[in-house]
Amino acid sequence: MDITAQQNLVHQTRDERRAIDFPKLSPAERDALIKKYHPDHRGHAYRSIKFGPNAGDSTVMEVATLLEGDSPIPADFNLTPEYSVDVLVVGGGGAGCAAALHAHAAGSNVLLATKLRLGDSNSVMAQGGMQIAVAPDDSPVQHFLDTLKGGHMKNDHDLLKTMVEEGPSIAQWLLELGVLFDRQADGNLHVKKGGGSSKARLLTCSDYTGLEIMRVLKDEVLNQKVPLLEFGAVIELLSDGAGTCTGAVLQDLDNKRHIVVAAKTVILATGGIGRLHIQGFPTSNHYGATGDALVLAYRMGVPLVQIDTFQYHPSGGVYPEQLVGALVTEGIRSEGGHLVNAHGERFVNELDTRDVVSSSIIRECEEGRGVRTASGRVGVWLDTPLLDVEHGPGTLDKHFPAMVRQYERYGVDIRKDPVLIYPTLHYQNGGVKIDVKGETPVGNLFVAGEASGGLHGRNRLMGNSLLDLMVFGKRTGLTAAERAKSLSQGKLTLTHVEQFREEAQRHQVSSELTSPMVLPAYTRHVS
Amino acid sequence: MANDSTTPQQFTEQASEIKPQMVTVEIEGKPFQVPAGVTLMKAMWYAGKEVLRGAGCLGGFCGACATYYRTKDDPKVKTCLACSMAVEEGMSFSFMPAFPARKAIYNLPELKDPKQDLFELYPEAPLCRNCNACTEACPQKIDVREGVWKAVFGDFKAVSDMFMDCVMCGMCTPVCIADIAPNLVAVYASRAQGVHFTEKPEGLAKRIKKIADGDYQEDWDRVLKLSDEELQNTTASIT
Repeated sequence: MDITAQQNLVHQTRDERRAIDFPKLSPAERDALIKKYHPDHRGHAYRSIKFGPNAGDSTVMEVATLLEGDSPIPADFNLTPEYSVDVLVVGGGGAGCAAALHAHAAGSNVLLATKLRLGDSNSVMAQGGMQIAVAPDDSPVQHFLDTLKGGHMKNDHDLLKTMVEEGPSIAQWLLELGVLFDRQADGNLHVKKGGGSSKARLLTCSDYTGLEIMRVLKDEVLNQKVPLLEFGAVIELLSDGAGTCTGAVLQDLDNKRHIVVAAKTVILATGGIGRLHIQGFPTSNHYGATGDALVLAYRMGVPLVQIDTFQYHPSGGVYPEQLVGALVTEGIRSEGGHLVNAHGERFVNELDTRDVVSSSIIRECEEGRGVRTASGRVGVWLDTPLLDVEHGPGTLDKHFPAMVRQYERYGVDIRKDPVLIYPTLHYQNGGVKIDVKGETPVGNLFVAGEASGGLHGRNRLMGNSLLDLMVFGKRTGLTAAERAKSLSQGKLTLTHVEQFREEAQRHQVSSELTSPMVLPAYTRHVS
Repeated sequence: MANDSTTPQQFTEQASEIKPQMVTVEIEGKPFQVPAGVTLMKAMWYAGKEVLRGAGCLGGFCGACATYYRTKDDPKVKTCLACSMAVEEGMSFSFMPAFPARKAIYNLPELKDPKQDLFELYPEAPLCRNCNACTEACPQKIDVREGVWKAVFGDFKAVSDMFMDCVMCGMCTPVCIADIAPNLVAVYASRAQGVHFTEKPEGLAKRIKKIADGDYQEDWDRVLKLSDEELQNTTASIT
């Protein structure tokens, strides 16, 4: 059957589907579905890590290989610093900008280094919104419970409580910087309901929430004249030889030169792992999402938490080919968009958590109820025209201008026709172990944002990432700045790298590969 | 445990299982054969080019891949984002290098009259000669020229609405004969709108005060002393 005929089935069954109330699954049903179909439960994609702080723990092959990789820095490397700062922030996304701005405001001498341009990140793409309990019928405690449920009860309670309680003051900070959140008629913040949440709690800037926040933060970083090093990737950390972080080695990606930075404190805010294409999945992530902080912190002896669990966002593009893996905003489902299989049937409550919805899409496709494209990909329909039917013509134009444009570029009108979607690798649920200040077990080494782990449990709830970035960006920035005041610069050594190499040798691991990856190897080389 | 029959779709940048149809495109002045229908960005990789400057979010939001292109036999040079545009036979394209636009430095809360201050910060803004090149250059289809005038006339609210789609690619800037950087003017006007001309949400202030006053402490105490099983039961009833 061709795509048009398949699409017609979606149009034909629309009214029938609107009459059905599809129930959410019970906890037992959710668990069973996830165990059977979620990529986190595919044993053959996993192996145990051979050595280091997480020796024996299981993670996906792609991550294990990087963690066991060798440092690109030779033991006899000249560690004369070119920069000497109070706070080195690595990463130019939401967490990095928030950390740098707060540390700078606290009077620290900051260097913000990022391997692409300032702001090139996943943060800028966040469309769905930012969860903050501001509505009168909502509370931080309810936000806590919803997130805990979404995370399968595995969230770190202290980290989570910190995030939900500081949410409202973060909204205040962003408003003071000029972020234009959507408002109600009475001037209060407008809130939308997100998947897995019991209350309407998403603050939005139409479907450009991340873009609006990042436009403002980038502008402010420049206004504040925070020293900035773009196209500067961190490729190794430095320690004092006694387990405390004292700086980093960067690489200028333009001329490949190494730059040694002596730093009293280091904040890693380098984001997640989408560009590792775990289990062959396409990804919604930005070009630099190669898990650099995982590798660097691990080599320095910091354990990773829940590093076996990843989020596959239910709605990645499948057709047209140019949009494969690209994110289709969850907002469509929040506003009532149905997921429809090749038989014209709904098969899941679309507002269930991401892991449940993704698992159910994979089930439909594996059991032959998916829709196949000419290029051999498979997916299910997301009924976008339903929104204009349900809420009146113009709804998509008004609330989802970015998505209308995203498809219009390839001649697809989402107001008229449904779109094909399939899960896409979206988020690293776990990450580097931190405490409520964002500090790792290695002194003066902080991690903020997606690179850190524990807060989201085994499944992050929609809209909690933007908040995570801001709360822990702020906390790490302020803590590092305060810490630096009473510290003198420690000596710069590669002792932890030597120890790591010795341990690799003891475990007979001789990695051909150096890590971090920094950028994915997409360039085709013809031999 | 693992269900071995469920194999995910393999990811490749050149995705088709079928041998792709090829097209000839000119990249930075040199012809290359690339698979039909791929994005300009993927065409760069296929052509063997290492991309450092010019790749960012790859999702049409960061503006890193601002690109000039021309289709076969058409003299008109257009703009696009390379991650969000498909190649076609006979197309020519080049990435736009970083353009040295001047960004004004300001401290928003301290500004007394932001609408007037615009003329100090961006004195070139009112010199627009209505050529409309900026609007034509915008890959986001923003009416940039109109936006600049709205800023000049102090309608910052309209500017903030019009430029919500702006990805800061900066393609409006090199074409401006009056040396205006419209996207930077728009960021200033939008932020000023938020800081100076937008109502403070009362509900938010109340919520912050309630948290500071410890109004949720009782709820926290109750929730945090629950056993894992009790917590599970509590959350299971959430709908």
